[in-house]
Formats: sequence, structure tokens, C-alpha cells
Amino acid sequence: MSTTAPFETLPVREETTRGLVAVAMSGGVDSSTVAAVLQQQGHPIVGLTMQLWNQRRLPELQGDGPKEHRCCSLDDVYDAKRVAQHLNFPHYVVNFEEQFEKTVVRPFVDQYLSGRTPIACTNCNTDVKFEPLLRMARQIGAERLATGHYARIRRNDATDRWELLRARDESKDQSYFLWGLSQEQLSRSDFPLGELTKEEVRTLARDVKLPVAEKPESMELCFVPTGNYVQFIQDYTREAQIPLSQTEGEIVTEDGAVVGRHTGIHNFTIGQRKGLGFAAGKPLYVLSIDVAKNRVIVGDDDALRTTTFEVHDVNWVSIAPPVGPLRAQVKIRHKHEPAPASIEPLGEHRVRITFAEAQRAITPGQAAVFYDGARVLGGGWIG
Amino acid sequence: MIYLDHNATTPVDPAVLDAMLPYFSAAFANASSIHTPGQRARAAVETAREQIAALIGAKPQEIVFTSGGTESDNHAIFGSVAQARPEHRRIYPELRRALLAAVRNAPRATTSEPDSATHAAPTRSSPQTASASLTSFTPHVISTVTEHEAVLNTCQAIEQQGAAVTYLPVNREGLLDPAHLRAALRPETALITVMHANNELGVVQPLAEIGRIAREHQITFHTDAVQSAGKIPVDVNELNVDLLSLSAHKLYGPKGVGALYVRTGTHLQQLLYGGHHQRGFRPGTENVAAIVGFGKAAALAQHSLAADAARISGFRDQLELGLLDRVPHTRVNAPNARRTPNTTNILFSGVAGEALVIALDLKGIACSVGAACSSGAVEPSHVLTAIGLSRDEAKSSLRFSLGRHTTAAEIQFALNTIPAAVSQLRALSPTYQKAAGRP
Repeated sequence: MSTTAPFETLPVREETTRGLVAVAMSGGVDSSTVAAVLQQQGHPIVGLTMQLWNQRRLPELQGDGPKEHRCCSLDDVYDAKRVAQHLNFPHYVVNFEEQFEKTVVRPFVDQYLSGRTPIACTNCNTDVKFEPLLRMARQIGAERLATGHYARIRRNDATDRWELLRARDESKDQSYFLWGLSQEQLSRSDFPLGELTKEEVRTLARDVKLPVAEKPESMELCFVPTGNYVQFIQDYTREAQIPLSQTEGEIVTEDGAVVGRHTGIHNFTIGQRKGLGFAAGKPLYVLSIDVAKNRVIVGDDDALRTTTFEVHDVNWVSIAPPVGPLRAQVKIRHKHEPAPASIEPLGEHRVRITFAEAQRAITPGQAAVFYDGARVLGGGWIG
Repeated sequence: MIYLDHNATTPVDPAVLDAMLPYFSAAFANASSIHTPGQRARAAVETAREQIAALIGAKPQEIVFTSGGTESDNHAIFGSVAQARPEHRRIYPELRRALLAAVRNAPRATTSEPDSATHAAPTRSSPQTASASLTSFTPHVISTVTEHEAVLNTCQAIEQQGAAVTYLPVNREGLLDPAHLRAALRPETALITVMHANNELGVVQPLAEIGRIAREHQITFHTDAVQSAGKIPVDVNELNVDLLSLSAHKLYGPKGVGALYVRTGTHLQQLLYGGHHQRGFRPGTENVAAIVGFGKAAALAQHSLAADAARISGFRDQLELGLLDRVPHTRVNAPNARRTPNTTNILFSGVAGEALVIALDLKGIACSVGAACSSGAVEPSHVLTAIGLSRDEAKSSLRFSLGRHTTAAEIQFALNTIPAAVSQLRALSPTYQKAAGRP
């Protein structure tokens, strides 16, 4: 037996958990730069990369494009690890596959099958990143969780609330996906990129020579990297053995006149024109989807515009739940310019919204987010 | 850093490193070369073969060097199934006689089959073409549900290639019931593969008894002894094994080298084809330095096995009892079975094991949870669910595996650190708070 312990060369990690900040790292340039920024500010940090989706599942959905377009790919995990090694802080991969499937993927599919157009990123933020991931961050001794979101958090002492604000760089703003956060979640979150432009982030990444500084951005939903939702729904439902209701059905006008046939309502989204699969004398758009009758209702562009709609599961973020009507700018999809509207509370978590001017394609399943300038007052689900 | 993850890997013992170093530089030659430097390398390889054989009570010529435990397991399973022939069927002597007669009378294949099938002492196998045409023959393999992935996934691969595999259950202590094994035997059973010590629980299977059953029915018996060799006595004759997998890096040797013990006379097809190294049975230029290190590690293990086991099991029991004493709602998984002296697997109810491993790492203690997948994310252990734990319980269980260099001070540090880390996690665990009846 040998008596000398060969561990002297192993790195000894001193107590670093005081003021520790956990960084949610995807392996992309944004969250990697968050780590660099916090470290420069003198915070002890720990990197956490979530394993959300098992790549062995539905491999045909992963596409054969460039590697950075594959979801939760090992390349992304290794990129995050390389950044952590480069900046010399601890990094771990944590498994949230079950949570992600339960709270994000399955609801996404169910919503599509019920004729709605869901936003998975909002659920992921509310139910994964700022729920079990934040909890795990705190369990391992971190006080806060920092992410690469482009948005800002501010404390308002007058109202005793944490406020969520749009990013300084309006073109990158992601506040639309963050309206579901609670005061508790906001109080423990950091969005260090909220004051920066994308170009400034790239410059910072290059300055500290991050190995991912030149990595291209992923624009698609992470678990459908091909962007082909229809294909994803078909493959997922087959694997999960979710029976698809009758697929074929009628395409009708508002008066009920049949103008064509469709091959499954999950192929359609409100406002869609392309891919209607039949010729008409004038451009027709999807106005609504009637799940019960398995019908797609179409009409002209004017018929798409509506003024009033209801929003449920409302979360009030920067303000306390209002007792009476209020005026705000309301955004109804990620790429929508917020438009003036009045908001009438119908209970603490339900409101009726009336736009000053009719808006095009108000789509069930999307979120309506209420802004007062840069402040996110709250938000909820349409329809 | 306090390292309590020796079942994952061990550090190379300084004496092993010293033994290896010359073979990277001055004594670099190819062990197959004729010249003097080559002969020196050959002698070193053969010394290592003797040292490893001595650790497990084998003959040196029965040791085949491989790239590690995974290759050894693959070789044992693929190689045994590939050698399975209808005429090897047991239990029905009449059928066997009829088949053999049919084989003899069948027209001979025009090209002769290369008889590279067996290593130590060639045993003639009849022409594959003739026997394959006789009947549809499905070789059968018996294993257990708690094997290492190197065995389980190899078994799945042979299933995809047409073999049948029975995965025997284990009891709450992780142990196989030999009666289940007897009940699973079929005339076509070509291989029984049961691990010696489990990597996650440390429990030691009753191999001697399993080996007796295998011998009784003339079935090849393989064991993955990667987690037992160097920790508890391993004797291939006492255990009645025909094939046994070893890995150097689990016993203070280098990574990337292992061995397969092949009992003389065992039917085993080779896995790799190439040069004439290791009698052509496992070709590839010998990794001399690693083999030398493996041999030295085996010699050290043999020499210090009893003393190590006594000291390490003392520390392990101290850690185990200390944690049970200091942390409420905690229990040991498979506490009553015979275990390797270094391993304890503890269930901390209401704790996310993944978070606890990270928290402990940040506090300077290295241990492990579940099975790490390629990204490093953790999945619930199939071993723990096999002994009756729920998925949540499996995710709340941590493995601490001690080693030759573990000290009393390290155990004390662990006992001072782990309870606080568990409390911190539980304070933020909704499931634990709910179970504990707190709001």
C-alpha cells in the first residue's frame, strides 16, 4: 500500500458560496457574456446548463442543419463548459427533462391540437427557468439566478414592488416572454444584458475572448430547431401515442360556405394566408379554428381585425392588481408593436381589453402583455 | 477536495505511476518486436499478466488485455453468443445427439471457416453454415436488471441481432435469487452474465452459487468484476467463472486498460481482427505502459487488500452511521447485503440528489448521484429503481465511495459538512416541507 495521498494536485475550491450568483447558461453568446459580466463585477458565480430535451428522442426532428441548430445538443453543453473553463468558474449540467416535457412540450402540443397557437418560451420561463432552476440555484447556495434575457428589473420602493422593464435595446427586448414572473422570482433574478445592445454584448464577448463570441444566434424554438411545428406535432403525437382526432376537414367562410378542405387543424394559425391549399378570387386568411367541427374559418383581411378580446390567467407584474379600468399599450404577439388599449378587470386574473384601433389576428394561445412605456404592468393568455 | 467517488475512478497510485514512466520513454519499444528493446517490453507485459492472474487466481495465459471493462464485457457477451451452436444445447441429450448427427451428415461448406474462435485452448466448432441451416436457433443469455450499462446495452444489442435475453430481477438488497436463475435456464442458454459487485450499491452477488449452477448445466458464466477486484477477494475457481472483466482504473491503475479472463476451454469468438498480438485473439499493439501500470496496481491491491478493506470499511461505517445519526429522514440503500468495503448509498428523503451533489462539490466533497448521461445531466439510477425505490427516492440517493487514501479527517469533514448541506436543500424543497407537515 502506498501512503502518500495523490490528491495534492487536485484543485481545492475554497468557500465561494457567499454572494454566489448562478448563471443559467445555454452555451450561447448571451448567457456566456452574462457570466463574464458578473465575474468582472466581482461576483462569485456558478454556471448551470439545463438538459431539457433528450436528443435521442425524435432524432428526425433535430434536422441535419448546422450543429448549433440542434436542441440541447451536446455541442451547446460543451460550449457552456468551455466558457466556464475559460473564465474559471464551476459549471454543472442539470436535468429538467421531465419538468420541461410536462410544463412546456406537452402543453405546447395540446394547445396546437386544440386549435391555438402557443408560446412555449413563456411557459419555460415561468415553469422551468424561474421555478425549479431558480430553486436549485438557491439549494446549492446561490442567492440569485442570472440569465441572458434582454429585459430589466427595477425595485420601486414607493410601491414596494419589483418592476419588469423592456430592454434598453428594443430590437432585442424579451419582456414579452417574462410577464408570468412573480415578485419573489423577480427579486431573485438578474438580467445583466438588459442595459446592453446585442452589438455591445458581442464586443464584450470578444474582449474577454469567449470561445462562443462568434457563435450564431438560434432563432427557432429550442425543441423544434427545424422550425417545422407541424412535423414536430405529428412525430411527437405518434411517439406519445396521442390520438389525433380526424385530420381532414372543411375550410369554410364566415357564412358557412365550403371553399376547400384541410388536412388537420394543427396546420393552421390565425392570420395565416400561405398554405391554404386552394385558390380563391381574393386573398383569404384564417380567421378562426373551430375544433368541435374540425373546421378552419377563412375570410378577407378586414375580417381578421378585432378590437375587443378577453385575457385569462393574468399576472400583474410591476403593479398591484388594479381595481378599476386602466389605459396601457398592449402587445399581442412577439413581433407586434404595442397598441393603445383600455384594460377592464373582470376579477383578479381576468381582463377585457379594448384596443383604440382594431388589431390584426388576435390569436388564442398567444399572450397579451400590458405596457406602460417601458414597464410591464402584467400579462395573460388570449382566449 | 475530499474525493468520495472511487467507484467512478481512482487516482493512479504513485507507485503505479513510477512503474509506468519508463515505458513512455527509455523502454518504449513494441512488445512484439524481435529486438532487445522489444523483448524488454514483452517481459514487462508478461510480468503484468502474471500479476493480474495472481490477483484473481487465474493462469497468466488466461488473461487477455483489453481497452477496459466495457470492451471486456462486450467481448464476453458478443463472443459467447457468436459461439453458441445448437449442438451445445443442454438438457435434452437425445436432441443433442440428433443434431450432431445431422451436422455430420450435412454437406460441407466449400470454404473452410477460419478457426480463430477460441483463445486459450482451441476447441473445434462445427461448420456454422451447416448448423445454421439445421434449425432456427436462438441463443439465450441470462443477466440481471442491475448490471452496468456495459453489460445491459450489450445485451440489448445482441437482442437486436436475434438473441433472447432474460433480465433477472433482484430483491430489495440488490441480490439475485439463484432459484430465479434455475427457473430461467433454457436448452439454448449460452451465457449467464451476472456482475460481482454493483457499482452503485456495492452489493456482492452470490457468484459461487451461480457459478455452480452454470457449471452444472455447462453454461458459460461471465462476471463483470470491475467493482470488486482489488476491494474483496476474487478467485475465478472459487466463483466458478469462465469469463471475468477487469478494469485498471478502478484499482489505482491507469484508464484505458483492462482485461478479460478467459478460462481455458471456453468457447469464445474474438471481437477484433488484426495483427498477431495476444495470439491474434485480441490484436492491437499492446499499450505497454498502461499494462505495466495495471500489473503493478494489481500487485499492490493483492498485497494490501485485507488491510485496506478493514480500514476503509471502518471509515465507511463511520460515515454511514454518522450520517444516519445526524441527518433525519435518511436511510441506507441495500444495508443488509454483503457489500464492498468502500461503498455506501444513502437516501436523503425530499432532497434533489443532483442539487446535493453540486452543493457538496462547491463545499469541497466529490460524490455521485444516479447515472450521468453524456451531457453530464443525471438520470434516476436503474439500479435503485430495480431494488424497489421510487423515481423520486432514486433521485434523492447519493453514493459515497471511499478509497485507499481516504483519511479519518476527511470523514470528519464530510460528517460536519453534509448535514448542513442537506438541511439547506430541504429548507427550499416544497416536497420535503409538505411531507414534514410544514406550511
